[in-house]
Amino acid sequence: MAAEGKTIDALSQFELSPVLGIFGNAVSFSQSNLFMVIAVAIAYFLMKVTADRGELVPGRLQALGEASYGFIAGMVRDQVGDEGKKYFPFVFSIFMFVLLGNLLGMLPYAFTFTSHIMVTLTLAIVVFVVVTGVALAIHGMHFFTYFFPEGAPKWLAPIIIPVEIISYFSRVVSLSVRLFANMVAGHVMLKVFATFVVLLGGLGAVGPFVAAMPLAVNVVLVGFEFLVAFLQAYVFAILTSIYLHDAVHLH
Amino acid sequence: MNERSDFEDRLRQARTRQGLDKRPEGRGSLPPGPWGIGLRAGVEVVSALVVGIGLGYALDRWLGTWPWLFLVFFVLGSASGVLNVYRLFNPRKTPRAN
Repeated sequence: MAAEGKTIDALSQFELSPVLGIFGNAVSFSQSNLFMVIAVAIAYFLMKVTADRGELVPGRLQALGEASYGFIAGMVRDQVGDEGKKYFPFVFSIFMFVLLGNLLGMLPYAFTFTSHIMVTLTLAIVVFVVVTGVALAIHGMHFFTYFFPEGAPKWLAPIIIPVEIISYFSRVVSLSVRLFANMVAGHVMLKVFATFVVLLGGLGAVGPFVAAMPLAVNVVLVGFEFLVAFLQAYVFAILTSIYLHDAVHLH
Repeated sequence: MNERSDFEDRLRQARTRQGLDKRPEGRGSLPPGPWGIGLRAGVEVVSALVVGIGLGYALDRWLGTWPWLFLVFFVLGSASGVLNVYRLFNPRKTPRAN
């Protein structure tokens, strides 16, 4: 994988290949799907442990589950308001899925499924459809006044309405591209500097000393990537709840 | 008088700390710092352009009017990119329930 033939091959880490032998080949079950299943399983068991035990003094797992629950519940309450409580399960599922996808990608030999635009685009489309559905269910036809701000001159409508509609649709693109680009950029950087370590390490006597520099960079980058993994999941969730706020309250 | 307003201040702070009063500003808690803001603004502009260009191109393919709708939607896409960045710094005024 790394540094074959003394070249830097930073993108092969994103290639999909079937796993689980014959079964995986038959239905094209790739490692991306495998890690999605693992992420969902981890989220499920974390919540199950948290809810089952319910001890007064929480253990480590229970504290983790309660902290993540409280974090997102507080965020939804702050952003959407009290009527946003019923959307909490949706935001929480999205957040846990993205967060676990980003964090699982930090493990060696793991695959980061959030580094594929198709995955993040699908997540963003789900958010978009749910938010639009909520807005239509609450406001009915009144929802379409969202595209024409009150008090704007009528003759500007042919310009304002298309611009607002494009701006509304651009949420899908910006939501998905932000997550995707952050994950790809981070993992490419990690791979490039890791390849430098290998290439420079083979330079004879001085090699190991020179190779210490990209190694140090990589140590910093790994820490930075954990920050990005959390931050991007947070941004995805907070934008989802801001959009939900717009859908619930219109303007 | 002075003592009373001091008490009101402390009461408000205590209530906010306990989460009884809503914090005045809940929005805009996105990544701070020049890099965070800059990257977000860039993504907003590019994504609006992508949507505008994609929509214009698709409509042209459908109606066979290449390149006119593409050009129109290119301009509209740039306009909504600017609008997105404007929204980033001045969110819609919302009658928040607080």
